[in-house]
Amino acid sequence: MAVDKDTVARIAKLARIRIPEEQQEALTGELTEILNWVEQLSELDTDGVEPMTSVVAMSLPKREDAVTDGNCADKVLKNAPEGAHGFFAVPKVVE
Amino acid sequence: MTTIEGKTGPWEMVIGLEVHAQVIADSKLFSGAATTFGAEPNSQVSLVDAAMPGMLPVINEMAVEQAVKTGLGLNAKINLFSEFERKNYFYADLPQGYQISQFLHPIVGEGTIILDLEDGKTREVGIERLHLEQDAGKSLHDQHPTQSYIDLNRSGVTLMEIVSKPDMRSAEEAGAYLRKLRSILRYLGTCDGNMDEGSMRADVNLSMRRPGDPLGTRTETKNVNSIRFVQQSIELEARRQVEILEEGGTIAQETRLFDASKGTSRSMRSKEEAHDYRYFPDPDLLPLKIKADWVESLKSELPELPDAKKQRFMDDFGLPVYDAGVLVADQETAAFYETVAEGRDPKLVANWVIGDYFGALNRTSGANLGNAPVDAAKLGGLIDLIADGTISGRTAKEVFEAMWDSGKDASTIVEEKGLKQISDTGALEGIVDQLIADNPGQVEQYKGGNVKLIGWFVGQVMKATQGKANPGMVNQLLKKKLD
Amino acid sequence: MSKLTHLTLTEARDGLSKGDFSARELTQAHVEAVEACRSLNAFITETPDKALDGADASDKRRSKGEAGVLEGIPLAIKDLFCTQDVLTTAGSHILDGFQPQYESTVSANLWAAGAVMLGKTNLDEFAMGSSNMTSYYGGVENPWRREGSNAPLVPGGSSGGSAAAVAARCAMGATGTDTGGSIRQPAAFCGVVGMKPTYGRCSRWGIVAFASSLDQAGPMTRGVRDAAIMLRGMAGHDPKDSTSVDTPVPDYEAAMNGDVRGLKVGIPKEYRIDGTPAEIDTVWQQGIEWLKAAGAEMVDISLPHTKYALPTYYIVAPAEASSNLARYDGVRYGLRVQGDTLDEMYEATRGEGFGAEVKRRILIGAYVLSAGYYDAYYNKARRIRTLIANDFKAAYEKVDVVLTPTAPSAAFGMGDKMDDPVAMYLNDVFTVPASLAGLPGISLPAGLSADGLPLGLQLLGQPFEEGTLLKVAEVLETAAEFDALPQIIS
Ligand SMILES: [Mg+2]
Ligand SMILES: [Zn+2]
Repeated sequence: MAVDKDTVARIAKLARIRIPEEQQEALTGELTEILNWVEQLSELDTDGVEPMTSVVAMSLPKREDAVTDGNCADKVLKNAPEGAHGFFAVPKVVE
Repeated sequence: MTTIEGKTGPWEMVIGLEVHAQVIADSKLFSGAATTFGAEPNSQVSLVDAAMPGMLPVINEMAVEQAVKTGLGLNAKINLFSEFERKNYFYADLPQGYQISQFLHPIVGEGTIILDLEDGKTREVGIERLHLEQDAGKSLHDQHPTQSYIDLNRSGVTLMEIVSKPDMRSAEEAGAYLRKLRSILRYLGTCDGNMDEGSMRADVNLSMRRPGDPLGTRTETKNVNSIRFVQQSIELEARRQVEILEEGGTIAQETRLFDASKGTSRSMRSKEEAHDYRYFPDPDLLPLKIKADWVESLKSELPELPDAKKQRFMDDFGLPVYDAGVLVADQETAAFYETVAEGRDPKLVANWVIGDYFGALNRTSGANLGNAPVDAAKLGGLIDLIADGTISGRTAKEVFEAMWDSGKDASTIVEEKGLKQISDTGALEGIVDQLIADNPGQVEQYKGGNVKLIGWFVGQVMKATQGKANPGMVNQLLKKKLD
Repeated sequence: MSKLTHLTLTEARDGLSKGDFSARELTQAHVEAVEACRSLNAFITETPDKALDGADASDKRRSKGEAGVLEGIPLAIKDLFCTQDVLTTAGSHILDGFQPQYESTVSANLWAAGAVMLGKTNLDEFAMGSSNMTSYYGGVENPWRREGSNAPLVPGGSSGGSAAAVAARCAMGATGTDTGGSIRQPAAFCGVVGMKPTYGRCSRWGIVAFASSLDQAGPMTRGVRDAAIMLRGMAGHDPKDSTSVDTPVPDYEAAMNGDVRGLKVGIPKEYRIDGTPAEIDTVWQQGIEWLKAAGAEMVDISLPHTKYALPTYYIVAPAEASSNLARYDGVRYGLRVQGDTLDEMYEATRGEGFGAEVKRRILIGAYVLSAGYYDAYYNKARRIRTLIANDFKAAYEKVDVVLTPTAPSAAFGMGDKMDDPVAMYLNDVFTVPASLAGLPGISLPAGLSADGLPLGLQLLGQPFEEGTLLKVAEVLETAAEFDALPQIIS
């Protein structure tokens, strides 16, 4: 499966990663190579095989409904690149 | 069928609602942070909610229980196997870069909800599914000229997304749906239904079609936060779509934002590009398996829900459908009604509760069933005085107002104000005789066949007694003397 | 006292408890070794003060008779484990300056058992790599060199810094994480022991996630018994990790009785791959002979879907990673590259913050999950994962453990294979299948290549049978008598 530059640009946008123009060509080639390589999976017949979600053979463990966490705004905000008045700050969003 | 008349003929609305209801629980869906409303920014945030590297979700058992209860309350299929998936997208108030939600395998499947419409009729609307998911944080856009501020207090709070089938055909039905859903959630204690605190928000899916045609293209108006606004946004969007369609245009499938203050809506351009959420099962969580006998035990503990209660009020109390519907809309009112109705005339009690009592509650700011100056016992006392003939229904209204103002009970007020009804035949007979003697003309007319004049005679007696005469006895006496 | 750094973890534990030396002395020697080996670039952050303070506290505990199972042992921590107030980078520019306000469960368990932290070891960026060359902080040099050559070699990856630090006698043990071979392959390249436990054995809480359904922490040490001791200190049920399994942690050492008579060892035919150097087969054959001599029984087995494991892995792991790495957005921690709009800020931050391999994997992952490709790639891979797990289940009906080589080659040169991602991925051909099946595996040094580089053997076991693996590994270790030293210290 060959991917083209537009597809790579679309996926990069979806993943919010800026790819400089001069790298797009090479990246397109690498992704194509990887996708061609994984293509060999299509030769296997997997009809009726359940997809595996987890190797852990148990049901989801649940916790009790109790307030045991939070109330640590200092820890939450400690590493923030930009913050103000107890909030995180980001470039203004226009909805 | 409700239709909208356009320039080129009638149009039918097709409405489906997605309601996000905040689950009542002390802590969040996947973390132990608190969920109370209105706290300091980022104070109810755990390292999990802030999506710090290496943090992992652990599910709150209460969230699961509340979802199952809600599903049972919606007569829905409870799925013993469900799965959490990640919905991937970037947004400032979505710290993980994905929302943990349920996609292919929701915890609750198809159900139904019965709408109580204004005219007392009912209508069934299908529930498509209910699933559990995380709420996002909150962005504040108006605090700084070039920045938005992010508060993650809501991040990770448990939501139930309840998706209806596109079964509604008018704004009125949408309103009835939301009221009924809210009522059920409150009965169950699974969501407080406070739309102004954001505990319940609706996304409105709407399309228009010619009656009988297949479905048209729909738009989704996001996060409308009151029933009135939902109805306004529906009217607005329906007109907008009809206008476009009648001019030969096509409807763009898009997400729209309703501005309640301006009464307008607009397309959310940012959301439209590349809608590719890349759902996949969350590898930090395992499939959620619940046991059938646990579901059964929850079912056996459910409270009586509005529809069942309404039917019982009609069957046991002989109430008309409208009265029963109004009284069961919330649990406290229904309980209040039942307390007052105990051992009394249920219809008379219903009239008093729905009429004067609700009226007084509505015009008294801050008053509710819990703190009102007239409680169930006092209202019952008043109704007892009507029933045993101590006061007339008319006097009772005056007594009720005095009770509401003073908090005193009915008999005290009747005593103090001397409002006891005159049921003494001798006293009333004298007044009636005098009246007949003073008004020979009217007597003539009555006997000549104008039987409606009886009302005038009764009125005169009431006037003469300052309303204290027992109207039934006055009627009887007058008829005896005149007929 | 420099010889203290040449003790095994087991010997150091015994020496400490006999009072031959103090934790302070042991730690001081290691702090100096870390400094002396800086040319390897094995550490991103050294924490000598923390180490010495920790050692003093340990000596105090011991004097009060409160020694834990790792009391006073100086360890290095892969810089994928979040450590409270200590820079944690995951080898990435995007976590610039990040100081976690929490301690990963595994490292906290180690400290609770008395261990001492020397520093944070280098790794492939977000654990994505098999060479340690993708680290933002630069590649790590393998302490080993080919005979007669001075060309620097890679330590393998992604736990390359941990493997190098242990091999170079800078640390008695180090934590690693293994998603597709990231403990076992660098252990083989550096001539040390590395164990990936059963998925669910060690908590993932506080470990920067790469691929959540595969990531598993494990010990890297110089001896098999060392690994047993260290694993006991790391493992355990953690209610904060929903995939952590609630089963008791045994005393692994107790099971290591050297008796493998009658034990059935599976030899999978699919692990003989065209093009692998003959010396890989030779060391494998050697392992078979050693176990036979010890009384174990060899059984030919088939794991028919082996050849599909790598491409399956390179769909599943990037898919999960593309989502796991979405949180690095410049909002709450780490690097932020300014932009005029939120999206521009995201794109600039992630464009600059992630290296080439991480970007490739995020893009592949986003692609295989995207509309229209989900079934053809992601679901297909998940189905094949089921088949691979079933292969092992069937094999374990017949055998107790499986013996294979760890990697298809010895360590290669720094800079080799860098221009061909798929060639690089082939490094993990023998380790990835067990990762997909969630099974435990251990690699131990078994011999030297013709040019004097360590070669590893891998044992794979049944779920939660780490004890069996350690027992068999020790028998191999004894037979192999691997005592060669890397050039940097010999
Ligand atoms: Mg929606
Ligand atoms: Zn939703």
